[in-house]
Amino acid sequence: MVDDTDSKLTVTMKGIVKRFPGVVANDGVDFEARAGEVHALLGENGAGKSTLSNVLTGLYRPDEGTISLNNEVVHFDSPREALERGIGMVHQHFRLVNSFTVAENIILGEQSKNLMMDTSAAIERISALATQYGIAVDPNARIWQLSVGEQQRVEILKALYHGAKILILDEPTAVLTPQEADALFVVLRSMVAEGRTVIFISHKLDEVMAVADRITVLRAGKTVSTIECATTTTRDLARLMVGRDVVFDRVVRTSQAEPDNVVLQISNIDANDDRGRQALTSIFLTVGKSEIVAIAGVAGNGQRELAEVIGGMRNATRGTVAVNNEVIPNGRVRKSMSAGVSHVPEDRLHTGLVADHSVEDNLILKSYRRAPISKYSVLRRGVIRDQATDIIKKYDVKTPGTTTPVRLLSGGNVQKILLAREFNTSPSVMVVSSPTRGLDVGAIENVRKRLVEAADSGVGVLLISEDLEEIFALADRILVMYEGTIVGNIAAHDATRESIGLLMGGIAIHQENN
Amino acid sequence: MQSPLRLERRLTQPKWLNWGVPLLSLLGALILGAVVLMATGKNPISVYMRILERGFASTDAFSRTLISATPYAFTGLAASVAFRMGLINIGGEGQLYLGTIGAAFAGIAFADQPTPIIITAMIICGMLFGGFWAAIVGVLKAKFSTNEIITSLMLNYIAAILLDYLIFNSTSYWRDPKSFGFPTGKRLVEAAYWYDMSFGPIKVPFGFLVAMIAAGIVWFLYNRTRFGYEVSVIASSPSAARYAGIRTRWKIITVMSLSGALAGLGGASDVGDFRHVLDAKGVQIAGYGYTGIVVAALARLNPISAIFVAVFLGGLSNAGYALQGPDFPSGLVGTLQGLILFTAVAGEILTRYRIKRQTHVAEGVPS
Repeated sequence: MVDDTDSKLTVTMKGIVKRFPGVVANDGVDFEARAGEVHALLGENGAGKSTLSNVLTGLYRPDEGTISLNNEVVHFDSPREALERGIGMVHQHFRLVNSFTVAENIILGEQSKNLMMDTSAAIERISALATQYGIAVDPNARIWQLSVGEQQRVEILKALYHGAKILILDEPTAVLTPQEADALFVVLRSMVAEGRTVIFISHKLDEVMAVADRITVLRAGKTVSTIECATTTTRDLARLMVGRDVVFDRVVRTSQAEPDNVVLQISNIDANDDRGRQALTSIFLTVGKSEIVAIAGVAGNGQRELAEVIGGMRNATRGTVAVNNEVIPNGRVRKSMSAGVSHVPEDRLHTGLVADHSVEDNLILKSYRRAPISKYSVLRRGVIRDQATDIIKKYDVKTPGTTTPVRLLSGGNVQKILLAREFNTSPSVMVVSSPTRGLDVGAIENVRKRLVEAADSGVGVLLISEDLEEIFALADRILVMYEGTIVGNIAAHDATRESIGLLMGGIAIHQENN
Repeated sequence: MQSPLRLERRLTQPKWLNWGVPLLSLLGALILGAVVLMATGKNPISVYMRILERGFASTDAFSRTLISATPYAFTGLAASVAFRMGLINIGGEGQLYLGTIGAAFAGIAFADQPTPIIITAMIICGMLFGGFWAAIVGVLKAKFSTNEIITSLMLNYIAAILLDYLIFNSTSYWRDPKSFGFPTGKRLVEAAYWYDMSFGPIKVPFGFLVAMIAAGIVWFLYNRTRFGYEVSVIASSPSAARYAGIRTRWKIITVMSLSGALAGLGGASDVGDFRHVLDAKGVQIAGYGYTGIVVAALARLNPISAIFVAVFLGGLSNAGYALQGPDFPSGLVGTLQGLILFTAVAGEILTRYRIKRQTHVAEGVPS
């Protein structure tokens, strides 16, 4: 645990393959980070960035491939082993004990010979490290007194204290204000100036350009390219990140979108996230009859909050939501439902459905209050079972029976049940979040077909997705969300992957509003 | 080193587990109890035979068992109702005390009325008082997210102090002004005694019938109504409940009140069926509320099973009273009850997990 910055470390990962049931998260990734550089790992959500860093820090063991430090092959069975060899990680969600002081958190887990913790020596070293890298933190402050940015600095100090020569930061700016992010970049630069290595995981193009020396782009579990920052542009990076324009089938529509016949109108909406930070700022958007409007954007930029505001699950702090020209009361799920809003949340199994409940019980989650499902507050089991049998047949759900818990069904069948229930409510507007995430090809096709059918029958669909291929296949119009605001509004036939990718990465371009 | 055995989550729960696991748990408890008995130099077989004989085997014994079982049935139902929504109501004890206060009040106030009216008033007041006591917990949880385990437990102590105050430390409505020396409550008139029903040679307390009816109603409420559906959604997935527009806060208050009302009904039965007076000390010594938690756990929160479990535990404690003596340790019944709960909770794991031999050897390090 001697702080020895003289021994510089180059980490090389070759042919890393990591499989999870049904998913290949890393599919032959090559990656190398040299001492003295900030190396960005860029990619969309699900591209395999986090898996790769978890392999590097010993949390996962690779199914194939090798990791070497200075050309010596190493195996890590735990993050502790990785840290002993100088690889430390700052996770997106901090691992700090709120009631402990900074110093106590930093030395936590250290093997001590004494019963009492001796913090005075540690505090001295922490202060020295903090001064060296310009990290302003009071070692005696308690974690709960610190801001998120300060807590992140504690995590960085913790890694440095334990001798990390390679520091991995997973989406470090996601929780920071722009000013805090700038301060972080200064710290990172001073660390690499000392000969340490920083691996910076991000999907934000501009900050990657601002802080990195080299960039490795991952897409769908594979390394796309490693490039010098100086020789590239955000535009090139966007293309690398989201993939070359490939030919994909646009689903055939039978009815024309009527964007002027507005069914959903959102005006000037602000809302906070679960922790009370502002997540949405002045959102305006409309969805017309038979129109599919897609919201592109990297997850965590306010999409979930927007869907919840429309669905009545979250209070807007300002602005209105109107369905068929009628304003619906703020934060009232039942009012939203009866106004004709159907909300398909991204967390299907625990929000959209009750995982432990049977297929038939899940199918009545929106209709159990009304006839024919219930009468005088009593559920009519026979009717419920018949309805379930009909829906299973109509939507081709593969299930052993109507009383099977939905958690036992495959992802595609789970989504079929959720969509079937929502279509059955005859909505005017559907807000659909990541409807095909995690599904296989056949199920994806089925879900998309159903969404287009809904639009053809007159429903206005607001499709929230990170999957550009899906957005291009379905949408009439594409909006892009970035940090809680809508940064682009482009007709689908005018949009290119590159322009959308840039907007998703927070790079404003000249755009054509329609 | 990893253990060669590991637990694997069951995908489905076979039906036989519903009765198989409790029976196996009971068997396990009897075996563990036998070890305890042998360690204290008793013959377990003869002890168990005597429990069976004094608790269940004769019509007289069974009639007495039903008397012991009645309060357990109510507090067991009360706990089940709350636990089904994931509300850990430990306050059945205090809610039952409030039920005795309410029922005694009605019994005294309506003394000149005909029996059916007095009984109805006692039932209603018992439920209202018990329900009110639990509603405090519900409102605190719904409005301020306080932990219901702690508030309901603390309210038990307050209820006990309230009981003592009404009888010993004040000249309250409930205290008999003619009681000298040791203060007692006002005795109810005979018209306020609850009916004794007989089915053949077996005497069934009126309260026990009420408990059976209540169990049927609770079963229907939880399995066949919108209310029960909403409760089960909240219990299984709070976020799905929010998504479906179910008013979780209201449900917390309603379910807590219902739970308290059932415990309060147990208190009413205690006054109407057995004590016929607000007996501040007697009801506290009995500890019906805490036993109700055991009943609910053994019944796996099923209201119908709760009645059977209550009878079983009633038989055990009845046998315990009957057999107490130099050759029969008074703590034995409590020990057995504890062992049964212990094995039942252990057995509960088997309904959700199965034991598998570890076949998976740690994977080799790739090279």
